[in-house]
Amino acid sequence: MSTAAPERTAGAASGGGGLGRPRPPGRRQPYGERAAFGYLFLSPWIAGALLLTLGPMAYSLYLSFTDYDLFTSPSWVGLDNYVRLFTEDDRFLSSVWVTLKYVLISTPLKLAAALGVALLLNRPSRGQGFYRAAFYAPSLLGASVAVALVWRVIFDDGGPVSRLTSAFGADTGGWTTDPQFALLAIVLLAVWQFGAPMVIFLAGLKQIPTTLYDAAAVDGAGWWRTFRSVTVPMLSPVILFNLVLETIHAFQAFTAAFVVSGGRGGPSDSTLFYTLYLYQRGFVDFQMGYASAMAWLLVVAIAIVTAVLFRTSRAWVFYAGDAR
Amino acid sequence: MSAAPAAPAATAVGASRAGRSRARTRRVVWHVTCLGLLAVLLYPVLWLLSMSFKPADEIISSLSLLPERFIVGNYSEAMAGSGGVSVWRFFSNSVIVAGLCVVGNVLSCAVAAYAFARLRFRWRGPLFAFMIATLMLPAHVLLIPQYAIFNQFDMIDTFWPLVLPKFLATDAFFVFLMVQFMRSLPEELGQAARIDGCGPIRAFAYIFLPLAKPALVTTAIFTFIWTWNDFLSQLIYLNSPENYTLPLALRLFIDQTSQSSYGPMFAMSVLTLIPIVLFFLAFQRLLVEGVSTSGMGGS
Repeated sequence: MSTAAPERTAGAASGGGGLGRPRPPGRRQPYGERAAFGYLFLSPWIAGALLLTLGPMAYSLYLSFTDYDLFTSPSWVGLDNYVRLFTEDDRFLSSVWVTLKYVLISTPLKLAAALGVALLLNRPSRGQGFYRAAFYAPSLLGASVAVALVWRVIFDDGGPVSRLTSAFGADTGGWTTDPQFALLAIVLLAVWQFGAPMVIFLAGLKQIPTTLYDAAAVDGAGWWRTFRSVTVPMLSPVILFNLVLETIHAFQAFTAAFVVSGGRGGPSDSTLFYTLYLYQRGFVDFQMGYASAMAWLLVVAIAIVTAVLFRTSRAWVFYAGDAR
Repeated sequence: MSAAPAAPAATAVGASRAGRSRARTRRVVWHVTCLGLLAVLLYPVLWLLSMSFKPADEIISSLSLLPERFIVGNYSEAMAGSGGVSVWRFFSNSVIVAGLCVVGNVLSCAVAAYAFARLRFRWRGPLFAFMIATLMLPAHVLLIPQYAIFNQFDMIDTFWPLVLPKFLATDAFFVFLMVQFMRSLPEELGQAARIDGCGPIRAFAYIFLPLAKPALVTTAIFTFIWTWNDFLSQLIYLNSPENYTLPLALRLFIDQTSQSSYGPMFAMSVLTLIPIVLFFLAFQRLLVEGVSTSGMGGS
């Protein structure tokens, strides 16, 4: 991450290949003739950054102020798309609500499951590698359409889950057709994929010096106290990392909602995720200006949430070696 | 844990034996807990596998994982494909897209990472910062303008929009992964190459690229699995059934709500998951290590 500031090296006499060959002072050749190779190697990336990232970002910002249906040229409407989103579009507001609920429920549950299993697995024992890999597997499978289809049927009326719940006397019927439970089924699919953050937690747990646990044991701390006073603070940077990553990820969830609801976000918009509604507006109704406005609001929302997470993290994240 | 040193030998042995058996009990409890959790976790996958071998009337009516009548008809029905396109077409489309994405990502990200990690040039710092910033950018903001651009070039309903970005190193995750890896290689390697007269190109081709192999393999595997699972961009860009990849072909089943089509649907789901499972079994060590060192690997 740390690169020498160009300005500082610019005036230095040595340059070029880094062998310290003296150059005539005052001659401005900070990087030498080899600098061109940097741009040569970077050229595919630069092309991609300009043509597929920066250019499209600017274009989509422009489109968000227009009416655009892909076939006729965009027509400028000013802030109209944004105003309509917030004043006239109930489905938009409900998609925001559904997505917020999803993020707020699925992220903590997923991280709790990840941390719980990581704690369970974090002991020097044969079989740990096997369990770690096995618990991680759903993270790779869960993003697929295939597993989302399985979910749809498992939580359908008469499927295993509704039979299980009715066996316990709670007749929930099919979750996927019930506005109350459909989102919960998708949340469970997200939680099911706790393997990736679990692996990261496990790597973090291994970094905690065992001397701290020895000290806690000497002080007579019980399991819970040790967890609260040693594990959580020492692990807090990793918790923050996983929290940010999974939150950003949850905002962008799409496949599961699409498959479970058959692409419509039903029943009665209870699984109309933000991205799903964006897709419907942009690629089903071809209201691309409107969808671009939605996309930019998503960028802003994710930026704000990330900033807030980092800001609050000062209060609860502990960096070992920090003088505080 | 252990007995006090002053205790007579006999009690010390007895205590350690008791300790050992307690440790063994704890180990057994641990394994049972882990296996129990694992069984719950993997139940949906086993359920899918079992359903794919069940006849239609048994799928919904029976909870048992073992089919009463074991049939493979679901698979032959799934193989027949849909919309007049055979399943092999879907399969080979998925393989082509994923294969090209792997090649593109490995090449372009390695080249870009080498520049960021090992070469010095003006603007390297700001460009690198920009690349890191794109890590956070939701793909949805690029979806519409990219679609409009590819539409301009008549590339809709081809593989180009899915594959071309990978050849331009747009997956910042993998660039970052390889930058980290190449930076960890000793500085002396580059110096030695330079003294032997290697330019940056040869130093890259003969030294840094071969040494970065673990990072390249990790990139290749994750690119394959993510592209194989990818749904949204394939949904947007591929319209005609003969261009469909496996996720899109599976999607056709969504609209058929009749329970009689469940059998073939499950059979096809199993078929699409097989490559991922094989990759997982072959590379699980690298995959798990890739996640724990780079923090990626979510879906």
